[in-house]
Amino acid sequence: MSNMLEVADLGHTYGDYEAIGGLTFTVRAGELVCVVGPSGCGKSTLLRTISGLIAPSRGDVSLKGSHLAVVFQDYQRSLFPWLTVQGNVEFPLRSLPRAERRARAAEALEWVGLSAAAKKRPWQLSGGMQQRVAIARALAFRPALLLMDEPFASVDAQTRFELEDLLLRVRREHDTTVLVVTHDIDESVYLGDRILVLSKSPAKLVADLEVPLPAERDQVTTRTDEAFVALRSRVARLLNVGGKPAVDVEKWAAAERESLSETVSS
Amino acid sequence: MNKFFQRWTVFAGLIVVWQVFGMLAEDPFFPPPSDIVTAAWEWWVLEPENVTEHILPSISRLLSGWAIASVIGVALGLLLGRSDRAMEYAGPLLVFLRSIPPPALVPVFLLLFKGGTSMQLATIVFGVIWPVLLNTVDGARSVDVTKVDTSAVFQIPRYQWVLGVVLPAASPKIFAGLRVSLSLSLVLMVISELVGTDNGIGSQLMQAQREFDYTRMWAGIVLLGVLGYGLNTVLLAVERRALAWQPRSRDEQHA
Repeated sequence: MSNMLEVADLGHTYGDYEAIGGLTFTVRAGELVCVVGPSGCGKSTLLRTISGLIAPSRGDVSLKGSHLAVVFQDYQRSLFPWLTVQGNVEFPLRSLPRAERRARAAEALEWVGLSAAAKKRPWQLSGGMQQRVAIARALAFRPALLLMDEPFASVDAQTRFELEDLLLRVRREHDTTVLVVTHDIDESVYLGDRILVLSKSPAKLVADLEVPLPAERDQVTTRTDEAFVALRSRVARLLNVGGKPAVDVEKWAAAERESLSETVSS
Repeated sequence: MNKFFQRWTVFAGLIVVWQVFGMLAEDPFFPPPSDIVTAAWEWWVLEPENVTEHILPSISRLLSGWAIASVIGVALGLLLGRSDRAMEYAGPLLVFLRSIPPPALVPVFLLLFKGGTSMQLATIVFGVIWPVLLNTVDGARSVDVTKVDTSAVFQIPRYQWVLGVVLPAASPKIFAGLRVSLSLSLVLMVISELVGTDNGIGSQLMQAQREFDYTRMWAGIVLLGVLGYGLNTVLLAVERRALAWQPRSRDEQHA
Protein backbone atom coordinates (compact mmCIF):
# COMPACT_ATOMS: atom_id res chain seq x y z
CA MET A 1 0.00 0.00 0.00
CA SER A 2 1.29 3.42 -0.92
CA ASN A 3 1.48 6.31 1.48
CA MET A 4 -1.11 9.01 0.95
CA LEU A 5 0.37 11.36 3.54
CA GLU A 6 3.91 11.53 4.84
CA VAL A 7 4.72 13.77 7.76
CA ALA A 8 8.39 14.08 8.62
CA ASP A 9 9.75 15.78 11.75
CA LEU A 10 6.92 18.29 11.70
CA GLY A 11 7.32 21.02 14.30
CA HIS A 12 5.62 24.33 14.95
CA THR A 13 6.26 27.16 17.39
CA TYR A 14 4.25 30.31 17.99
CA GLY A 15 6.81 32.79 19.29
CA ASP A 16 8.24 31.05 22.36
CA TYR A 17 5.48 28.51 22.61
CA GLU A 18 6.22 25.15 21.04
CA ALA A 19 2.95 23.57 19.93
CA ILE A 20 4.28 20.58 18.01
CA GLY A 21 7.64 19.08 18.84
CA GLY A 22 8.61 17.00 15.85
CA LEU A 23 6.08 14.50 14.54
CA THR A 24 6.77 11.75 12.04
CA PHE A 25 4.06 9.46 10.72
CA THR A 26 2.42 8.24 7.53
CA VAL A 27 -1.13 7.54 6.43
CA ARG A 28 -1.52 4.75 3.87
CA ALA A 29 -4.00 4.86 1.00
CA GLY A 30 -7.49 3.83 2.07
CA GLU A 31 -6.63 3.94 5.75
CA LEU A 32 -8.57 5.71 8.50
CA VAL A 33 -6.16 7.08 11.08
CA CYS A 34 -7.25 8.80 14.28
CA VAL A 35 -5.03 11.31 16.03
CA VAL A 36 -5.89 11.50 19.70
CA GLY A 37 -4.35 13.68 22.33
CA PRO A 38 -5.16 15.64 25.48
CA SER A 39 -6.89 19.01 25.04
CA GLY A 40 -4.51 21.77 24.06
CA CYS A 41 -1.88 19.35 22.81
CA GLY A 42 -1.52 21.06 19.45
CA LYS A 43 -4.01 18.93 17.50
CA SER A 44 -5.42 22.01 15.82
CA THR A 45 -1.97 23.22 14.90
CA LEU A 46 -1.22 19.78 13.45
CA LEU A 47 -4.40 19.94 11.38
CA ARG A 48 -3.67 23.45 10.18
CA THR A 49 -0.13 22.57 9.12
CA ILE A 50 -1.22 19.41 7.29
CA SER A 51 -4.03 21.24 5.50
CA GLY A 52 -1.63 23.99 4.47
CA LEU A 53 -3.46 26.74 6.35
CA ILE A 54 -0.22 27.60 8.14
CA ALA A 55 3.35 26.85 7.17
CA PRO A 56 5.09 24.70 9.79
CA SER A 57 8.21 26.05 11.50
CA ARG A 58 10.10 22.93 10.51
CA GLY A 59 9.64 19.56 8.90
CA ASP A 60 7.76 18.34 5.87
CA VAL A 61 4.23 17.44 4.96
CA SER A 62 3.86 15.66 1.65
CA LEU A 63 0.55 14.65 0.20
CA LYS A 64 0.18 12.23 -2.67
CA GLY A 65 -2.26 14.15 -4.80
CA SER A 66 -3.00 17.79 -5.35
CA HIS A 67 -5.65 18.49 -2.78
CA LEU A 68 -7.25 17.51 0.47
CA ALA A 69 -10.56 18.40 2.06
CA VAL A 70 -11.29 19.37 5.64
CA VAL A 71 -14.45 18.78 7.66
CA PHE A 72 -14.43 21.32 10.49
CA GLN A 73 -16.02 20.90 13.89
CA ASP A 74 -18.09 24.05 13.49
CA TYR A 75 -20.40 23.06 10.63
CA GLN A 76 -22.55 26.14 11.14
CA ARG A 77 -19.68 28.44 10.33
CA SER A 78 -18.13 26.19 7.74
CA LEU A 79 -21.25 26.00 5.56
CA PHE A 80 -22.33 29.06 3.57
CA PRO A 81 -25.82 30.19 4.61
CA TRP A 82 -26.42 32.06 1.34
CA LEU A 83 -26.02 28.87 -0.69
CA THR A 84 -28.44 25.96 -0.80
CA VAL A 85 -27.26 22.54 0.38
CA GLN A 86 -26.48 21.68 -3.22
CA GLY A 87 -24.72 25.01 -3.72
CA ASN A 88 -22.57 24.27 -0.69
CA VAL A 89 -21.57 20.85 -2.03
CA GLU A 90 -20.79 22.40 -5.43
CA PHE A 91 -18.74 25.14 -3.77
CA PRO A 92 -15.28 23.54 -4.25
CA LEU A 93 -16.11 22.42 -7.80
CA ARG A 94 -16.42 25.84 -9.46
CA SER A 95 -13.73 25.01 -12.03
CA LEU A 96 -15.75 22.09 -13.42
CA PRO A 97 -18.42 22.39 -16.13
CA ARG A 98 -21.91 22.96 -14.72
CA ALA A 99 -23.31 19.54 -15.62
CA GLU A 100 -20.43 17.68 -14.01
CA ARG A 101 -20.64 19.86 -10.93
CA ARG A 102 -24.34 19.06 -10.59
CA ALA A 103 -23.74 15.35 -11.05
CA ARG A 104 -20.96 15.18 -8.48
CA ALA A 105 -22.95 17.13 -5.91
CA ALA A 106 -26.01 14.93 -6.43
CA GLU A 107 -23.85 11.83 -6.07
CA ALA A 108 -22.17 13.03 -2.87
CA LEU A 109 -25.52 14.04 -1.36
CA GLU A 110 -26.83 10.58 -2.11
CA TRP A 111 -23.86 9.03 -0.31
CA VAL A 112 -24.75 10.86 2.87
CA GLY A 113 -28.50 10.34 2.38
CA LEU A 114 -29.43 13.98 1.84
CA SER A 115 -30.70 13.98 -1.75
CA ALA A 116 -34.10 15.22 -0.58
CA ALA A 117 -32.59 18.28 1.16
CA ALA A 118 -30.61 19.55 -1.87
CA LYS A 119 -32.71 22.69 -2.33
CA LYS A 120 -32.85 23.65 1.35
CA ARG A 121 -30.63 26.12 3.15
CA PRO A 122 -28.15 24.55 5.58
CA TRP A 123 -29.64 26.44 8.54
CA GLN A 124 -32.97 24.76 7.93
CA LEU A 125 -31.40 21.39 8.74
CA SER A 126 -30.51 19.81 12.08
CA GLY A 127 -26.90 19.89 13.30
CA GLY A 128 -26.20 16.30 12.29
CA MET A 129 -27.61 16.90 8.83
CA GLN A 130 -25.50 20.03 8.46
CA GLN A 131 -22.38 18.05 9.28
CA ARG A 132 -23.44 15.48 6.66
CA VAL A 133 -23.61 18.34 4.14
CA ALA A 134 -20.05 19.28 5.10
CA ILE A 135 -18.97 15.65 4.64
CA ALA A 136 -20.71 15.49 1.25
CA ARG A 137 -18.95 18.69 0.20
CA ALA A 138 -15.59 17.23 1.18
CA LEU A 139 -16.29 13.95 -0.65
CA ALA A 140 -17.50 15.71 -3.81
CA PHE A 141 -14.07 17.36 -3.98
CA ARG A 142 -12.56 13.84 -4.30
CA PRO A 143 -9.64 14.65 -2.01
CA ALA A 144 -6.49 12.60 -1.71
CA LEU A 145 -7.00 12.89 2.03
CA LEU A 146 -10.07 13.72 4.06
CA LEU A 147 -9.05 15.61 7.19
CA MET A 148 -11.58 15.85 9.98
CA ASP A 149 -11.23 18.21 12.93
CA GLU A 150 -13.29 16.96 15.89
CA PRO A 151 -16.03 16.35 13.34
CA PHE A 152 -18.68 15.03 15.70
CA ALA A 153 -17.94 17.04 18.84
CA SER A 154 -20.81 19.49 18.30
CA VAL A 155 -23.69 17.05 17.90
CA ASP A 156 -25.66 15.03 20.47
CA ALA A 157 -24.65 11.47 21.35
CA GLN A 158 -27.29 9.76 19.22
CA THR A 159 -26.40 11.78 16.13
CA ARG A 160 -22.75 11.23 16.84
CA PHE A 161 -23.17 7.45 16.61
CA GLU A 162 -25.07 7.84 13.35
CA LEU A 163 -22.41 10.07 11.87
CA GLU A 164 -19.60 7.74 12.95
CA ASP A 165 -21.32 4.85 11.18
CA LEU A 166 -21.96 7.03 8.16
CA LEU A 167 -18.26 7.90 7.99
CA LEU A 168 -17.27 4.24 8.25
CA ARG A 169 -19.72 3.23 5.52
CA VAL A 170 -18.81 6.05 3.14
CA ARG A 171 -15.08 5.59 3.44
CA ARG A 172 -15.42 1.82 2.92
CA GLU A 173 -17.66 2.26 -0.14
CA HIS A 174 -15.48 4.90 -1.74
CA ASP A 175 -12.06 3.89 -0.51
CA THR A 176 -11.37 7.28 1.06
CA THR A 177 -8.23 7.98 3.04
CA VAL A 178 -9.19 9.71 6.27
CA LEU A 179 -7.33 11.41 9.12
CA VAL A 180 -9.56 12.21 12.09
CA VAL A 181 -8.29 14.51 14.82
CA THR A 182 -10.20 13.98 18.04
CA HIS A 183 -9.92 14.19 21.81
CA ASP A 184 -12.44 11.37 22.26
CA ILE A 185 -10.71 8.06 23.02
CA ASP A 186 -13.78 5.89 22.35
CA GLU A 187 -14.32 7.56 19.04
CA SER A 188 -10.73 7.07 17.97
CA VAL A 189 -10.91 3.34 18.74
CA TYR A 190 -14.31 2.89 17.13
CA LEU A 191 -13.40 4.71 13.91
CA GLY A 192 -9.72 4.01 13.43
CA ASP A 193 -7.67 1.42 11.64
CA ARG A 194 -4.77 2.98 13.47
CA ILE A 195 -4.47 5.41 16.35
CA LEU A 196 -1.73 7.98 16.79
CA VAL A 197 -1.50 9.01 20.44
CA LEU A 198 -0.01 12.44 21.08
CA SER A 199 1.49 13.85 24.25
CA LYS A 200 0.69 17.21 25.81
CA SER A 201 2.20 20.15 23.94
CA PRO A 202 4.78 20.28 22.52
CA ALA A 203 3.01 17.37 20.86
CA LYS A 204 5.12 14.28 20.34
CA LEU A 205 4.07 10.87 19.10
CA VAL A 206 3.58 8.62 22.14
CA ALA A 207 2.28 5.56 20.36
CA ASP A 208 1.19 4.34 16.94
CA LEU A 209 -1.37 1.58 17.55
CA GLU A 210 -3.09 -0.76 15.13
CA VAL A 211 -6.75 -1.29 15.97
CA PRO A 212 -7.39 -5.03 16.14
CA LEU A 213 -11.05 -4.79 15.20
CA PRO A 214 -12.83 -6.06 12.07
CA ALA A 215 -13.68 -3.55 9.33
CA GLU A 216 -17.38 -4.08 9.94
CA ARG A 217 -18.19 -2.29 13.17
CA ASP A 218 -21.35 -1.78 15.12
CA GLN A 219 -22.12 0.69 17.89
CA VAL A 220 -23.43 -1.93 20.30
CA THR A 221 -21.31 -5.02 19.75
CA THR A 222 -18.03 -3.31 18.86
CA ARG A 223 -18.06 -1.08 21.89
CA THR A 224 -18.44 -4.11 24.18
CA ASP A 225 -15.85 -6.15 22.27
CA GLU A 226 -12.92 -7.08 24.54
CA ALA A 227 -10.37 -5.80 22.04
CA PHE A 228 -12.21 -2.46 21.98
CA VAL A 229 -12.29 -2.17 25.76
CA ALA A 230 -8.65 -3.16 26.12
CA LEU A 231 -7.43 -0.74 23.50
CA ARG A 232 -9.52 2.04 24.96
CA SER A 233 -7.96 1.66 28.38
CA ARG A 234 -4.54 1.41 26.85
CA VAL A 235 -5.01 4.69 24.99
CA ALA A 236 -6.42 6.27 28.13
CA ARG A 237 -3.32 5.25 30.10
CA LEU A 238 -1.04 6.53 27.40
CA LEU A 239 -2.80 9.85 27.43
CA ASN A 240 -2.52 10.19 31.19
CA VAL A 241 1.13 9.32 31.32
CA GLY A 242 2.51 10.44 27.99
CA GLY A 243 2.21 14.11 28.75
CA LYS A 244 4.20 14.09 31.97
CA PRO A 245 7.90 14.89 32.08
CA ALA A 246 10.49 12.31 31.11
CA VAL A 247 10.93 11.30 34.78
CA ASP A 248 7.71 9.39 34.48
CA VAL A 249 8.88 7.23 31.63
CA GLU A 250 9.19 4.26 33.96
CA LYS A 251 5.65 4.68 35.13
CA TRP A 252 4.59 4.92 31.53
CA ALA A 253 6.41 1.74 30.69
CA ALA A 254 4.75 0.04 33.65
CA ALA A 255 1.37 1.18 32.45
CA GLU A 256 2.19 -0.11 29.01
CA ARG A 257 3.16 -3.52 30.41
CA GLU A 258 0.03 -3.60 32.51
CA SER A 259 -2.23 -2.80 29.59
CA LEU A 260 -0.49 -5.37 27.45
CA SER A 261 -0.91 -8.07 30.06
CA GLU A 262 -4.52 -6.97 30.33
CA THR A 263 -4.99 -7.54 26.62
CA VAL A 264 -3.34 -10.93 26.82
CA SER A 265 -5.19 -12.12 29.90
CA SER A 266 -8.60 -10.91 28.69
CA MET B 1 -56.13 46.13 6.83
CA ASN B 2 -55.96 46.75 10.55
CA LYS B 3 -52.24 47.17 10.37
CA PHE B 4 -52.55 49.52 7.42
CA PHE B 5 -54.91 51.65 9.52
CA GLN B 6 -52.52 51.62 12.45
CA ARG B 7 -49.64 52.73 10.30
CA TRP B 8 -51.37 55.66 8.66
CA THR B 9 -53.70 57.05 11.34
CA VAL B 10 -51.16 59.43 12.88
CA PHE B 11 -50.04 60.56 9.43
CA ALA B 12 -53.59 61.20 8.19
CA GLY B 13 -54.53 62.82 11.49
CA LEU B 14 -51.68 65.31 11.21
CA ILE B 15 -52.71 66.25 7.69
CA VAL B 16 -56.29 66.88 8.87
CA VAL B 17 -55.00 69.07 11.73
CA TRP B 18 -52.78 70.99 9.32
CA GLN B 19 -55.70 71.40 6.92
CA VAL B 20 -57.94 72.85 9.65
CA PHE B 21 -55.27 75.20 11.03
CA GLY B 22 -54.16 76.23 7.55
CA MET B 23 -57.71 77.20 6.60
CA LEU B 24 -58.30 79.06 9.88
CA ALA B 25 -54.97 80.89 9.97
CA GLU B 26 -54.82 81.91 6.33
CA ASP B 27 -51.07 82.37 6.75
CA PRO B 28 -49.40 82.64 3.29
CA PHE B 29 -46.33 80.81 4.62
CA PHE B 30 -48.31 77.76 5.69
CA PRO B 31 -50.98 76.99 3.10
CA PRO B 32 -53.38 74.08 3.85
CA PRO B 33 -52.61 70.68 2.25
CA SER B 34 -55.54 71.02 -0.15
CA ASP B 35 -53.92 74.13 -1.69
CA ILE B 36 -50.59 72.32 -1.90
CA VAL B 37 -52.17 69.40 -3.74
CA THR B 38 -53.90 71.79 -6.12
CA ALA B 39 -50.61 73.56 -6.79
CA ALA B 40 -48.89 70.23 -7.40
CA TRP B 41 -51.65 69.25 -9.82
CA GLU B 42 -51.38 72.52 -11.74
CA TRP B 43 -47.64 72.49 -11.73
CA TRP B 44 -46.87 68.93 -12.74
CA VAL B 45 -49.98 67.32 -14.19
CA LEU B 46 -51.28 70.22 -16.22
CA GLU B 47 -47.76 71.16 -17.31
CA PRO B 48 -46.00 67.84 -17.98
CA GLU B 49 -42.89 69.57 -19.32
CA ASN B 50 -42.13 70.44 -15.70
CA VAL B 51 -41.88 66.69 -15.01
CA THR B 52 -39.49 66.02 -17.88
CA GLU B 53 -37.47 69.19 -17.27
CA HIS B 54 -37.21 69.15 -13.51
CA ILE B 55 -38.40 66.00 -11.76
CA LEU B 56 -36.92 63.35 -14.06
CA PRO B 57 -33.48 65.02 -14.31
CA SER B 58 -33.40 65.28 -10.51
CA ILE B 59 -34.30 61.62 -10.06
CA SER B 60 -31.77 60.52 -12.65
CA ARG B 61 -29.02 62.58 -10.96
CA LEU B 62 -29.93 61.14 -7.61
CA LEU B 63 -29.93 57.56 -8.88
CA SER B 64 -26.76 57.85 -10.99
CA GLY B 65 -24.87 59.57 -8.17
CA TRP B 66 -25.99 56.92 -5.74
CA ALA B 67 -25.18 54.09 -8.19
CA ILE B 68 -21.68 55.42 -8.91
CA ALA B 69 -20.99 55.87 -5.20
CA SER B 70 -22.31 52.37 -4.47
CA VAL B 71 -20.18 50.64 -7.10
CA ILE B 72 -17.01 52.49 -6.06
CA GLY B 73 -17.83 52.12 -2.37
CA VAL B 74 -18.45 48.37 -2.52
CA ALA B 75 -15.44 47.64 -4.74
CA LEU B 76 -13.07 49.76 -2.67
CA GLY B 77 -14.61 48.51 0.58
CA LEU B 78 -14.08 44.84 -0.31
CA LEU B 79 -10.47 45.60 -1.20
CA LEU B 80 -9.71 47.59 1.95
CA GLY B 81 -11.72 45.29 4.18
CA ARG B 82 -9.68 42.22 3.28
CA SER B 83 -6.30 43.91 3.55
CA ASP B 84 -5.13 45.03 6.97
CA ARG B 85 -2.20 46.90 5.51
CA ALA B 86 -4.31 48.86 3.01
CA MET B 87 -6.64 49.86 5.81
CA GLU B 88 -3.71 50.97 7.96
CA TYR B 89 -2.58 53.30 5.19
CA ALA B 90 -6.00 54.50 4.07
CA GLY B 91 -7.83 54.53 7.40
CA PRO B 92 -6.94 58.04 8.65
CA LEU B 93 -7.51 59.51 5.19
CA LEU B 94 -10.97 57.96 5.02
CA VAL B 95 -11.93 59.24 8.45
CA PHE B 96 -10.71 62.71 7.48
CA LEU B 97 -12.54 62.81 4.15
CA ARG B 98 -15.71 61.47 5.71
CA SER B 99 -15.65 64.28 8.27
CA ILE B 100 -15.87 66.99 5.61
CA PRO B 101 -19.51 68.12 5.29
CA PRO B 102 -20.27 67.47 1.60
CA PRO B 103 -22.17 70.79 1.09
CA ALA B 104 -18.91 72.55 1.94
CA LEU B 105 -17.48 71.13 -1.25
CA VAL B 106 -20.23 72.50 -3.46
CA PRO B 107 -18.23 75.72 -4.13
CA VAL B 108 -15.17 73.64 -5.00
CA PHE B 109 -17.09 71.43 -7.40
CA LEU B 110 -18.73 74.55 -8.86
CA LEU B 111 -15.27 75.86 -9.73
CA LEU B 112 -14.03 72.51 -10.98
CA PHE B 113 -17.02 71.54 -13.09
CA LYS B 114 -18.55 74.99 -13.81
CA GLY B 115 -21.95 73.87 -12.53
CA GLY B 116 -24.26 71.48 -14.31
CA THR B 117 -24.72 67.76 -14.05
CA SER B 118 -21.11 66.77 -13.40
CA MET B 119 -20.87 69.16 -10.45
CA GLN B 120 -24.13 67.78 -9.02
CA LEU B 121 -23.00 64.20 -9.52
CA ALA B 122 -19.66 64.93 -7.86
CA THR B 123 -21.44 66.42 -4.85
CA ILE B 124 -23.76 63.42 -4.50
CA VAL B 125 -21.01 60.82 -5.04
CA PHE B 126 -18.63 62.45 -2.56
CA GLY B 127 -21.37 62.84 0.01
CA VAL B 128 -22.92 59.38 -0.11
CA ILE B 129 -19.95 57.10 -0.74
CA TRP B 130 -18.91 56.94 2.94
CA PRO B 131 -21.72 54.89 4.44
CA VAL B 132 -21.36 52.31 1.64
CA LEU B 133 -17.58 52.23 1.79
CA LEU B 134 -17.24 52.00 5.56
CA ASN B 135 -20.04 49.47 5.93
CA THR B 136 -18.51 47.32 3.20
CA VAL B 137 -15.11 47.44 4.92
CA ASP B 138 -16.78 46.40 8.15
CA GLY B 139 -18.73 43.60 6.46
CA ALA B 140 -15.74 42.30 4.51
CA ARG B 141 -13.71 42.15 7.73
CA SER B 142 -16.36 40.12 9.47
CA VAL B 143 -16.03 36.98 7.33
CA ASP B 144 -15.55 34.36 10.04
CA VAL B 145 -12.34 32.37 10.31
CA THR B 146 -13.92 29.00 9.54
CA LYS B 147 -15.22 30.31 6.20
CA VAL B 148 -11.80 31.77 5.42
CA ASP B 149 -10.20 28.39 6.24
CA THR B 150 -12.82 26.45 4.28
CA SER B 151 -12.21 28.61 1.21
CA ALA B 152 -8.44 28.23 1.55
CA VAL B 153 -8.59 24.45 1.91
CA PHE B 154 -10.74 24.09 -1.21
CA GLN B 155 -8.31 26.31 -3.12
CA ILE B 156 -11.10 28.30 -4.75
CA PRO B 157 -10.18 30.87 -7.41
CA ARG B 158 -9.85 34.50 -6.38
CA TYR B 159 -13.00 35.72 -8.10
CA GLN B 160 -15.03 33.08 -6.25
CA TRP B 161 -13.47 34.14 -2.96
CA VAL B 162 -14.39 37.79 -3.53
CA LEU B 163 -17.78 37.38 -5.20
CA GLY B 164 -18.87 34.08 -3.66
CA VAL B 165 -17.69 34.48 -0.07
CA VAL B 166 -16.68 38.01 0.95
CA LEU B 167 -19.43 39.84 -0.94
CA PRO B 168 -22.35 37.73 0.33
CA ALA B 169 -20.91 37.64 3.85
CA ALA B 170 -20.70 41.44 3.80
CA SER B 171 -24.04 41.98 2.06
CA PRO B 172 -26.21 42.61 5.16
CA LYS B 173 -23.85 45.41 6.19
CA ILE B 174 -23.61 46.67 2.61
CA PHE B 175 -27.38 46.99 2.37
CA ALA B 176 -27.48 48.95 5.61
CA GLY B 177 -24.94 51.34 4.05
CA LEU B 178 -26.87 51.55 0.78
CA ARG B 179 -30.03 52.60 2.62
CA VAL B 180 -28.29 55.38 4.53
CA SER B 181 -26.63 56.68 1.39
CA LEU B 182 -29.85 56.56 -0.62
CA SER B 183 -31.55 58.98 1.76
CA LEU B 184 -28.37 61.08 1.81
CA SER B 185 -28.48 61.15 -1.99
CA LEU B 186 -31.83 62.88 -1.84
CA VAL B 187 -30.46 65.53 0.52
CA LEU B 188 -27.39 66.17 -1.61
CA MET B 189 -29.38 66.15 -4.84
CA VAL B 190 -31.44 69.08 -3.49
CA ILE B 191 -28.39 70.92 -2.14
CA SER B 192 -26.50 70.55 -5.40
CA GLU B 193 -29.46 71.99 -7.28
CA LEU B 194 -29.84 75.05 -5.11
CA VAL B 195 -26.95 76.83 -6.82
CA GLY B 196 -25.53 77.09 -10.30
CA THR B 197 -28.41 75.50 -12.15
CA ASP B 198 -31.90 76.33 -13.33
CA ASN B 199 -33.40 72.88 -13.59
CA GLY B 200 -34.26 70.20 -11.05
CA ILE B 201 -36.53 70.04 -8.02
CA GLY B 202 -34.04 71.97 -5.86
CA SER B 203 -33.80 74.91 -8.24
CA GLN B 204 -37.61 74.95 -8.56
CA LEU B 205 -37.85 75.20 -4.80
CA MET B 206 -35.52 78.20 -4.76
CA GLN B 207 -37.38 79.81 -7.64
CA ALA B 208 -40.79 79.36 -6.00
CA GLN B 209 -39.43 80.85 -2.79
CA ARG B 210 -37.98 83.84 -4.65
CA GLU B 211 -41.30 84.41 -6.39
CA PHE B 212 -43.14 84.25 -3.04
CA ASP B 213 -45.10 81.27 -4.37
CA TYR B 214 -45.08 79.38 -1.07
CA THR B 215 -47.72 76.89 -2.10
CA ARG B 216 -45.51 75.68 -4.93
CA MET B 217 -42.53 75.62 -2.59
CA TRP B 218 -44.47 73.34 -0.24
CA ALA B 219 -45.55 71.17 -3.17
CA GLY B 220 -41.87 70.66 -4.00
CA ILE B 221 -41.06 69.74 -0.40
CA VAL B 222 -43.90 67.22 -0.29
CA LEU B 223 -42.71 65.76 -3.58
CA LEU B 224 -39.24 65.23 -2.07
CA GLY B 225 -40.82 63.44 0.89
CA VAL B 226 -42.82 61.17 -1.39
CA LEU B 227 -39.73 60.50 -3.49
CA GLY B 228 -37.62 59.58 -0.45
CA TYR B 229 -40.32 57.31 0.92
CA GLY B 230 -40.81 55.59 -2.43
CA LEU B 231 -37.11 55.00 -3.06
CA ASN B 232 -36.60 53.59 0.42
CA THR B 233 -39.56 51.23 -0.02
CA VAL B 234 -38.19 49.93 -3.31
CA LEU B 235 -34.71 49.41 -1.83
CA LEU B 236 -36.17 47.58 1.17
CA ALA B 237 -38.02 45.23 -1.18
CA VAL B 238 -34.80 44.56 -3.11
CA GLU B 239 -32.93 43.99 0.15
CA ARG B 240 -35.52 41.54 1.40
CA ARG B 241 -35.14 39.51 -1.78
CA ALA B 242 -31.34 39.69 -1.88
CA LEU B 243 -30.96 38.72 1.77
CA ALA B 244 -33.69 36.08 1.74
CA TRP B 245 -31.01 33.50 2.58
CA GLN B 246 -30.52 34.92 6.07
CA PRO B 247 -31.88 32.73 8.85
CA ARG B 248 -34.90 34.75 9.92
CA SER B 249 -36.60 33.61 13.09
CA ARG B 250 -35.35 31.23 15.69
CA ASP B 251 -38.11 28.65 15.27
CA GLU B 252 -37.13 28.13 11.65
CA GLN B 253 -33.64 27.27 12.72
CA HIS B 254 -32.71 23.97 14.27
CA ALA B 255 -30.10 24.05 16.96
